[in-house]
Amino acid sequence: MSELCDLTASDLAERLRAGEVSSADVVESCVRRADAVDDRVGAFLTRTPELARERAAAADARIAAGDAPPTTGIPIALKDVLTTKGIRTTCGSRILETYVPPYDSTAWARLSAAGAVLLGKTNCDEFAMGSSNENSAFGPVHNPWDLETVPGGSSGGSAAAVAAGEAVWALGTDTGGSVRQPASLCGVVGLKPTYGLISRYGLIAFASSLDTVGTFTRSVRDAATLLSALGGKDPMDATSLDEEPRDHTAALTGDVAGLRVGVVREAFGEGVQPGVRASVQAAIDRLSDLGASVGEASLPHTDYALSAYYLIAPSEASSNLARYDGVRYGLRVDGGDSVEMMSRTRGAGFGPEVKRRIMLGTYALSAGYYEAYYGQAQKVRTLIIRDYEQAFADFDVLVSPTSPTTAFRIGEKADDPLAMYLSDVFTIPANLSGMPAISIPSGLDGSGLPVGVQLTAPILGEALLLRVADALERAIGFDARPALLETL
Amino acid sequence: MPVRIDIDHVARLARLDLTDEERERLAAQLGAILEHAAKVSEVATADVPPTSSAIPRANVLRPDEPRPSLTAQEALANAPAAADERFLVPRIVELE
Repeated sequence: MSELCDLTASDLAERLRAGEVSSADVVESCVRRADAVDDRVGAFLTRTPELARERAAAADARIAAGDAPPTTGIPIALKDVLTTKGIRTTCGSRILETYVPPYDSTAWARLSAAGAVLLGKTNCDEFAMGSSNENSAFGPVHNPWDLETVPGGSSGGSAAAVAAGEAVWALGTDTGGSVRQPASLCGVVGLKPTYGLISRYGLIAFASSLDTVGTFTRSVRDAATLLSALGGKDPMDATSLDEEPRDHTAALTGDVAGLRVGVVREAFGEGVQPGVRASVQAAIDRLSDLGASVGEASLPHTDYALSAYYLIAPSEASSNLARYDGVRYGLRVDGGDSVEMMSRTRGAGFGPEVKRRIMLGTYALSAGYYEAYYGQAQKVRTLIIRDYEQAFADFDVLVSPTSPTTAFRIGEKADDPLAMYLSDVFTIPANLSGMPAISIPSGLDGSGLPVGVQLTAPILGEALLLRVADALERAIGFDARPALLETL
Repeated sequence: MPVRIDIDHVARLARLDLTDEERERLAAQLGAILEHAAKVSEVATADVPPTSSAIPRANVLRPDEPRPSLTAQEALANAPAAADERFLVPRIVELE
């Protein structure tokens, strides 16, 4: 049976304003759900129910006073790479196991000012590096649709929390697909806005030219509401865009008649599961039914995007993660001199995937190899952007599967990094090019696991992106629920 | 062809202690990943300019005005070792 914790934020906001329920009720519903399922799901690394109760009381007072934006009183979970002042922030890593940030990320500061209620910090792949959440130092997350499978990654805890009703919505981060791919595997909506639209201040860096804060919600409308609260220029992030905050829900007209939708030819090749292909094709047919004009688009350098990404992201990571040196915060393992102390600290504090990427990035940036690897990858980035420019000359939005597969079994790809990296083959191009993209559930495959369809729009094309996604979501009418919830 | 890399040299550059088992596994895995990554050279021709950021921004400046910052106590709160309002590290300079 549906409880308050299973509703959309927009439903809850209406009920809160009508006085039918209180934020305290909604918080208790989410806390009870997490108490009931999180020992099996593992979505949270840190829970903050006492703080949530205090914040809910304040939110109820604010709603009663009539001065409340639509995020007020709605419980949220944050991926544990976004800093929260006074609340442990681990990045899923032993090296930051006890780190308590002295400052709030801008994303959380804005939501907090808008009355959002924090339920806790969610599990993720260590430093957001992974596609299955198996790289967390604190254990895997289990997909609520099938507990033997992964929730995707790297924001697996946030995706699973929203799918299981442990939070109404959640924030994640997306560097190569880390919001969209887990959203796809968990049957929820995952939005990665244009690079720079949401400030990265307090997003603990993985790959700075790609890192993007994104949202997990149960509807496109909720994604638009969260983006409205999060977006806009931040003086604390030099790469944030000169955009004013705006109400993104205004774009949700339901009308897509006449829009030109391009189906990405390269995203339907071998490696895409038949169940994924069928579900995404059915979603494309819905767009046709809604009056959109559907044609074939091409991003010819898609195959090279993955190669470029696995040079660029590790290169930036090897530089960003140099800060974990046992001096200012985090783990320290003693050594005879500074270099020995640093090397031991990093050897003990980082897990296998993080070490792999630090080594890859260090190599790609090292003397004699920089031009052959990092330099060439940057050129491919130019080619990817040109692909999109060409495609968007003919189409308003592009459509593809979000990921080639539905949720795979825990352990299935753990020993094969290249196979794991392929999970992100359709999401990475939007990070390399900075374009906004969204994954919404298109249905279930033959095993009853969710499939996601991805839409991509040009830079700052959020209005168009959300409009098409909202119309498609309504046409699909996805209302399946994870098996786990039927057992409660 | 898998790429052969000098694991010890790269690990030294990265200040990363690795076990023998990690060295062996990383040599094989990085070799395979780099073989795949080297595909970028098939299309990255000399006439293609590099892109370092999707939305280039340059010289983002702010007024140089003093403003409140962390106190020393806040800045040191997460330090593994601190003394006299300073981060404590192993000796760097040998005394005569």
